[in-house]
Amino acid sequence: MATASRIPLVSALETLWRIRRDDEVVITTMGSAREWMTLGEPHALDLILVPSAMGHGTSIGLGLALAQPGKRVIVCSGDGSLLMNLGSLASIVAANVPNLVVIVFDNGVYEVTGQQPTASADFCGVARACGFESVHAFSDATSWADGARSALDAKGPTFVCLNVEPVIGGTAPHSPGPTAARAKRFIEALRR
Amino acid sequence: MFSGDQIASLLSEVGVTHVITVPDSTIGRWEPAIERTGRIRLVRVCREGEAWQVAAGLYLGGATPLVMIQCTGLFESGDAIRNALHDWKVPVFSIVGYRSYLDQAKLPGDTCLVFTEPILDAWKIDYRLITSPSELHVIRDHLLSCRNAGKAGAALIAE
Repeated sequence: MATASRIPLVSALETLWRIRRDDEVVITTMGSAREWMTLGEPHALDLILVPSAMGHGTSIGLGLALAQPGKRVIVCSGDGSLLMNLGSLASIVAANVPNLVVIVFDNGVYEVTGQQPTASADFCGVARACGFESVHAFSDATSWADGARSALDAKGPTFVCLNVEPVIGGTAPHSPGPTAARAKRFIEALRR
Repeated sequence: MFSGDQIASLLSEVGVTHVITVPDSTIGRWEPAIERTGRIRLVRVCREGEAWQVAAGLYLGGATPLVMIQCTGLFESGDAIRNALHDWKVPVFSIVGYRSYLDQAKLPGDTCLVFTEPILDAWKIDYRLITSPSELHVIRDHLLSCRNAGKAGAALIAE
């Protein structure tokens, strides 16, 4: 859905970076992963889902939220990814995971393949129809910066739609390192 | 082939904490017994591809998941399997229902019989084909063997 106001992707992620608590898991995929890795030193509870099975950030997030009910799990997904796995929103509600937050960074395009338009959807409407009760949408950086923490703190599962600008020329993210080693470090960090 | 109580007891014995599943006419009937254990949580997903990635998240989070789907769901799962088992090397064990293996009258020429085992092989999933009620122990033994080896595996249950 086209909107007049969109948040620059990096700005949207910078807000999350800034407000994120030390015990919160953040899962990033595709464009969000690419930009997240530029923001600073990786956090022990970052799960950079590169490589990924596209669309499955929400599913991995569901699994983590179930396994770690005491930790908030925040999934950053693109709209193209989410469209590939819309049913996961129903799965999330069925699992009753109050500690899971899904943030869709909706830029309306498949960014890394050349900005082809996605089929798109009213993601907040889909989330509500699947049973999400905590649903939030932001179209400008100031509102997101002001409202992000309370959206994350709402009793979940929580769905947030951010209308973001596509990154012209944005490419697929590079893997930050061997997955087996990263998985091992992530598991150890969760155990602390 | 197996009762729900048999499967539930087995999964409980080997410490499975979560079963991620889309039911079929065989494995779906096991769900009440699995839920009655009180120790295993059933996680319903909408499409089988989700199951592998939910299992990956559970595993990373310290749980002991098991995927329970029909072979048709295995086919659907493709990229999710590739990523979970081979990119992230998560040792997910699965129980896969093998449609039409025992009865080909309902769906003559069912192509599940053509593709199931080659696709398990293609995805490099070490499986055991279970065709008899006397083979419950094979499921347990194979699951524990895969767990000890830190690799994915499957029990392919004839239906």
